[in-house]
Amino acid sequence: MLSGIDIEVSGPDGDQLLTTGENGGFLLQVGQEGEYVLRLVEDTLPEGVTATNAELTFKAALAANDTIQFTPRAVNFGLQGTVEGAAVGVGSNLFLQSTVSGLRLGLLLALAAVGLSLIYGTTGLSSFSHAEQVTLGGMVAFMMVNWWGLPFLLAAVLTVLVCGFTGYIQHVILWKPLRRKGLGLVQLMIVTIGLSLAMQYMFQVLVGAGTVRVIREAPTPVTFGGVRLTDQSLWAMGIAVIVLTAVGFALLRTRLGRATRAVSDNPALAEASGIDVDKVVRLVWIIATALAGLAGIMLALVLNGIKWDSGMQILLLLFAAVTLGGLGTAFGALIGAIVIGLVVELTPVFGLPGDLKYAMALLILILLLLVRPQGLLGKAARVG
Amino acid sequence: MTIPESPTEVVHQDDSIEPDTPDVEAERRQRRRRSLIVTAGVLVLFAIMWFIATSTSGSVANIFASVIRAAVEPQTAAVAIAVIGLNIHFGFTGLLNIGQAGFMLLGAYGFAISLSRGLPLPVAILLGIATAAVFALLLGIPTLKLRGDYLAIVTISAAEILRYVGRLSQLTSWTGGSQGLPGSEYRDPFVALSFFPEGNTTIGPLSYQNTGVNGWWIRVVAWVLVLICTAFVFLLVRSPWGRLLRGIREDEDAIRSLGKNVFAVKMQALVIGGVLGALGGMIFVLPSSVQADSMGRAMTFFIWTALLLGGAATIFGPVLGTILFFAVRILIRGVTSEVVPASILNTQQSDQFSWVVVGIALMLLVIFRPQGILGNKRELQFNA
Repeated sequence: MLSGIDIEVSGPDGDQLLTTGENGGFLLQVGQEGEYVLRLVEDTLPEGVTATNAELTFKAALAANDTIQFTPRAVNFGLQGTVEGAAVGVGSNLFLQSTVSGLRLGLLLALAAVGLSLIYGTTGLSSFSHAEQVTLGGMVAFMMVNWWGLPFLLAAVLTVLVCGFTGYIQHVILWKPLRRKGLGLVQLMIVTIGLSLAMQYMFQVLVGAGTVRVIREAPTPVTFGGVRLTDQSLWAMGIAVIVLTAVGFALLRTRLGRATRAVSDNPALAEASGIDVDKVVRLVWIIATALAGLAGIMLALVLNGIKWDSGMQILLLLFAAVTLGGLGTAFGALIGAIVIGLVVELTPVFGLPGDLKYAMALLILILLLLVRPQGLLGKAARVG
Repeated sequence: MTIPESPTEVVHQDDSIEPDTPDVEAERRQRRRRSLIVTAGVLVLFAIMWFIATSTSGSVANIFASVIRAAVEPQTAAVAIAVIGLNIHFGFTGLLNIGQAGFMLLGAYGFAISLSRGLPLPVAILLGIATAAVFALLLGIPTLKLRGDYLAIVTISAAEILRYVGRLSQLTSWTGGSQGLPGSEYRDPFVALSFFPEGNTTIGPLSYQNTGVNGWWIRVVAWVLVLICTAFVFLLVRSPWGRLLRGIREDEDAIRSLGKNVFAVKMQALVIGGVLGALGGMIFVLPSSVQADSMGRAMTFFIWTALLLGGAATIFGPVLGTILFFAVRILIRGVTSEVVPASILNTQQSDQFSWVVVGIALMLLVIFRPQGILGNKRELQFNA
């Protein structure tokens, strides 16, 4: 990491000059909402290092507390080159750090993507409101901790239950009657778009348009093997691995899991073999929304807060993960999510502008569809 | 809880059971009469609002005046043109394009960048159209042979990639980055074309400059363009080529077995609808500025809502749907902020609440009247 680099900050607060510390990070405190521009003073870069992206612009939104802190890493500027023999930018350390970040993002995406994939597999529906189910998790946790003063762990458990309950309610009053009514999949998809719109603005009415933080205290950084992570991130990754393993085990080994896979494979045949398809679909909705809620809580922790459109930001990554793995295959979604997470976080490491990291994930999706339309784990079938 | 059937729908189900008998012509006449009655009803409603807005004063008059102003906004006309384009894709051909905002964005960038570089107006318009056409070709070649949802995934992803690229700070000299291109950089050649005299004109609640940045000139041009596009679609879908489109929507294999080149016809439809989207994008940015974020996913969802509201696969549906979409939202916002005390919902929250209502309305609309206001249920048994 590079220390002693000057960064000029200009924004509604006035101008400041910051210098990166020993770990290459810097801390910026701002007191006003608005657009801030960070400009790297390229003269202060060590010999042999160049920045592909010397200017960064970002919007700062304030939470309930009056200041917000940023710790943008030097990687945001796309630094490249070598110092004293060690590579900067595409160096081992940075590469490792970004890989771990990518893995973290991938695991969180996987929690939501597995649910999305199960819904698609059992009902054929591409649910656009799944992203808002993710946001819902973060928002409910925020309300429980900050409005009603519950301890975080209790709030997290309750949030997952509440989110699962919303899935049950939706199944009972929306998706089941609509399927009975014979509404086509395209119409159902548009119903989910309407739901997603209504939920997004409901969050804004209730919580406001800014970023809110579930836990106010700054997380404790943990360093091992040259990789810095917060303790919250470590917890999030651990929980995600455990939950995903449990879901995978349930799908492979339990009766209900087998029934779910059977319905995904061929609903009519499953029904004819005596599987209660309605029960399976109900369970899938509950599990999927509960997992999305869990993903939302952890996303709120890892990304330092949650906003009304946090879910929408990752919606396309979720779709990309599901499609990449193979539409409707739960394990494909898991692999797809990890791949997407890695692509997103590693894009800046390879010298591409950081703004393009989401675009890169989508580009890879499109390219894969060209050569392998069924996705990584999907069965080759005639699709047109 | 079950969702009750709406009475109107029962009527429709009845006539959709009837076989294609000689009274198809009579039914068509009846439908045309019904469309005329509905359109006339909407016009009468607007006339009443106009009357109240001009003859009285107070909050009701203010709300009605703002509703009427929203209905004739140039941006409403711009979205209407994009909706007409989507109607060719989805309504007539059955193509699931969830990236119509991407076509608008390309049209806007092509147009605005050419003008800001000093190219003449006709060339700029052609360049905007050409970029959208090329984009349609690029999207269509890999996906139009696959199942419908692949086009959906690729269009929404590609539109997002465009938005991210438009925001890139490296392209600031071309696209203005995340700040966008201000209207003053490209607007002048269009404003200079105005043959309206100097000064202001007030008609009822509408009071604008004759030419100006956002005055009568852009309004007249935008709505005349809407009429031209509507007439163009009317002629197009009555042609043998238009019948081919509907045939593809209903049964692709049947059309293929008649020896028609389904792929080529779908591609032509994609290009034509996309070019209309690009035209809409040009009108959209003329009174304001080119902002990548203003033509993102939210815009695509609004376009879909407006299309379904008016009625897919109808001639006037897109225009009626767009006007109602923007007018009704302003109405909801006005009524909410008037009726609900500010202690419960402040002005900003009233605005957000109006979007919640829009989302719920979209859901209810698709559930209870999937054919929209003017549509024919028999034409919309679409199932991708």
